[in-house]
Amino acid sequence: MSSTSKQRIIVIGNGMVGHQFIESLLASEQADQFSITTFSEEPRPAYDRVHLSEYFANRSADPLAMATEAQYLESGVEILLGDKVVSIDRQQRQVSSANGKTLSYDKLVLATGSYPFVPPIEGNDRKDCFVYRTIEDLEAITASAEAGAKVGTVIGGGLLGLEAAKALTDLGMEAHVVEFAPRLMAVQLDDGGGALLKQKIEDLGVGVHLSKATSAIVDGERCQHRMSFADGESLETDMVVFSAGIRPQDELARSSDLEIGERGGIVINNQCQTSDPDIYAIGECALWNQRIFGLVAPGYQMAKVAVSHIIGGDATFTGADMSTKLKLMGVDVASIGDAQGLTPGARIYNWFDEPDQVYKKIVVSEDKRHLLGAVLVGDAEEYGTLLQYMLNDIALPEYPESLILPNRGDDGQTGLGVGALPETAQICSCHDVSKGDIRAAIDGGCCSVGDVKGETKAGTGCGGCAQLLTSLVNHELEERGVSVNRDLCEHFPYTRQELYHLVRVGRIETFAELIDQHGQGHGCEICKPAVANILASCWNDYVLKRDHIGLQDTNDIYLGNMQKDGTYSIVPRIAGGEITPEKLIVIGEVAKQYGLYTKITGGQRIDLFGAQLHELPDIWRVLVDAGFETGHAYGKSVRTVKSCVGSSWCRFGVDDSVGLAIEIEDRYKGLRAPHKLKFAVSGCTRECAEAQSKDIGVIATENGWNLYVCGNGGMKPRHADLFATDLDHDTLIKTIDRILMFYIRTADRLQRTSVWMENLEGGLDYLRDVILEDSLGLAEDLEAEMALNIENYQCEWATTLDDEQKLKRFSHFINNDETDSNLVFVEERQQRRPASDEERSQLIAKAS
Amino acid sequence: MNWKTICELEDIDPNTGVCALVNGQQVAVFRLAEQDQLFAIGNYDPAGKANVLSRGLIAQLNGITSVASPLYKHHFCLSSGICQEDTNLKVPTYEVRVQGSAVEVAA
Repeated sequence: MSSTSKQRIIVIGNGMVGHQFIESLLASEQADQFSITTFSEEPRPAYDRVHLSEYFANRSADPLAMATEAQYLESGVEILLGDKVVSIDRQQRQVSSANGKTLSYDKLVLATGSYPFVPPIEGNDRKDCFVYRTIEDLEAITASAEAGAKVGTVIGGGLLGLEAAKALTDLGMEAHVVEFAPRLMAVQLDDGGGALLKQKIEDLGVGVHLSKATSAIVDGERCQHRMSFADGESLETDMVVFSAGIRPQDELARSSDLEIGERGGIVINNQCQTSDPDIYAIGECALWNQRIFGLVAPGYQMAKVAVSHIIGGDATFTGADMSTKLKLMGVDVASIGDAQGLTPGARIYNWFDEPDQVYKKIVVSEDKRHLLGAVLVGDAEEYGTLLQYMLNDIALPEYPESLILPNRGDDGQTGLGVGALPETAQICSCHDVSKGDIRAAIDGGCCSVGDVKGETKAGTGCGGCAQLLTSLVNHELEERGVSVNRDLCEHFPYTRQELYHLVRVGRIETFAELIDQHGQGHGCEICKPAVANILASCWNDYVLKRDHIGLQDTNDIYLGNMQKDGTYSIVPRIAGGEITPEKLIVIGEVAKQYGLYTKITGGQRIDLFGAQLHELPDIWRVLVDAGFETGHAYGKSVRTVKSCVGSSWCRFGVDDSVGLAIEIEDRYKGLRAPHKLKFAVSGCTRECAEAQSKDIGVIATENGWNLYVCGNGGMKPRHADLFATDLDHDTLIKTIDRILMFYIRTADRLQRTSVWMENLEGGLDYLRDVILEDSLGLAEDLEAEMALNIENYQCEWATTLDDEQKLKRFSHFINNDETDSNLVFVEERQQRRPASDEERSQLIAKAS
Repeated sequence: MNWKTICELEDIDPNTGVCALVNGQQVAVFRLAEQDQLFAIGNYDPAGKANVLSRGLIAQLNGITSVASPLYKHHFCLSSGICQEDTNLKVPTYEVRVQGSAVEVAA
């Protein structure tokens, strides 16, 4: 095989699109017929410009890299970094570079991208005036911020401008955005969406200045510059970042006499060929049908079309959808199709939720049958569904507004089922993957979302389609009768319930025995804590025993809750929320001595934050001596029993809610379960303890106690169901014993009681049969298991404090008394909290 | 190679880690019971940005023996220090051995 027989391909520009072209060509079956060379003006190979702002999070270009020089060389592609092609000799079919290279080509691909437009404003070339395009730009902005720039202003309120403003605030600067149009994101949003976005951005501390034309940048008084606006107003700033749109980088094509559009851009046909059939143009430098596409997905499509044409395929470029969704400064923003409603006859539905700051709009055709466009600000959950309606021209439901109105009913499924999508529906726009492609991948053997991602690349671009992709893959698998794998993990081919039974029936007491008999490998962070939890539910052994310690998750292993900086929070048990003044004083004194941040929890306890590892035993010794026990706030276990004041003090109290709450908490303290458990007891139907939002809720009545079960707060709140009424004290306790133990026996790993109940076949009625009628004959067993648990209770902190060997683990260093030097606190509202990244860098900069 | 004794082997509970200060570096040392083997990597979690890896759970993922960071559960391979979720993240690795009953780290 001689290299001269190969076609020589030169790709000018190694950005995302140029890189995609090379990858596609290499992936084709004819790859070995080509020798490829690519030029990059920048000093590094292609990187992910879409996520450029993430550079600020890491201060490193590496995580953004899409390829390395080594990978190129390995694939046999020659890459010339930091070199610019300066001329094309179309007759000789040669290119020459700034570094003096002359190379011949058979096919030439221009992937030169675009450059940021800097408006012709007087003073636009002053010091600390930047654009926002390359890693080098970001480095320059960072350097300027570090050199003392305090105020930064972005000219341009589009997507990228807002991102740039976010970057400036992340650098600790006061940020402003100046926009010529009367709203932000003028192209993608309408007035309503723009107004809400403005408010949200301002709430984040960024100044937003609309309808402002900058006429000059001159010397400032308080800051380095003063920006003068056409309306006579002005703004002082130390730094200016231009983000006023892009212009196609077509200079090289112009000088080579290729056809150029009136307002720039290299003219291409449907095969992405320029006016010279051997020269292609793709990405933001290309002008197709009078349009420039400033998004990466259309560029990727062009790259694939060009590859197809070069290898003799018949793909064509037919335009691209410019819908976008992103999270800007924490605000969800999405725009689909005809967002402004410019189509003749278009009808508009609007939804503005002022309290929750959500704006949604859909634009539909005159006959209300088809979706033309949409704007979502504040909540873009419907983006995927709406996009599918538009792209596939799917008939709208009778009441199109149901697509954006919040679903308050129990059964109102307004979402578009993935089954309804046509084969051609595009799921991932970045990599142009259709529903058909995904079905084919599954037919070809992919059995999980991960497999499908690897096979099709779907979901590996901007990630906006992840949710849709997951539901489609699961739907398709189930359609094919594939049950979704419910194995706990790679080490145990069983569900949690099955493992529980294996532990019980086989009287297995350690992880080693269990994995030896029923599993494989050495375990992981899924199965180890799950098994530790099952063992604790069954035998209630000391969790830090040598056999169990390696199984404990983050919080259990040090009997505290790890917080974001690696310190811990401490929650002593305060049964029923009742506490004596003496105990309050002890907590206050400990908090003061160790500088702990103190907060009352939602469950009527006191949380002490910021304790370092080595301080935990000292703090707990004081607390245990004062009569406190561990609150198990770190475990999947019983947390708290909330109570109102009940008949002891309340004018309306029917029964002693505090007394019962304390009794219940004492009874079940330390009980480990698949998920944390919260209880409450209310002394009358006024329900001040909010018992109907708890796993177990009890409300006093004139005739006894009403029992509510399986409610929860959390991410998906559920009201508890009334399980039994007017119970006497002993029946109430016995019933709770049975329910809790039945839940512990049969629930899945990390499954809340609410979800457990919803998944029980027969639901509440079935649970009543089992617990109240003893339909399974389990009642005695369940009560006995609970009795064993109660009998084996220990305060884990008291046990730990008595064991010198165990205490050795509670020091930051095993070989040194020093403490973690990485911790930095700042004071807020008279207490300390962990410093944020910015505060930390400022504090460290001051110190050095 | 400059070996430094950090503790007795008995001080490390099987299947857990401890943190040692060696030449100014925070080193997380793990003891695997199954193979009775020791590993040492940096203690700083670059994803969670805190010195906590020694307090993570030892987890075998895709057959690779790793520590799951206590903060966001990134898995760092105990042999290479490379993060399984994001191969751009890597923590340093150190030599570790048992001499008699003492654990020694080279850093």
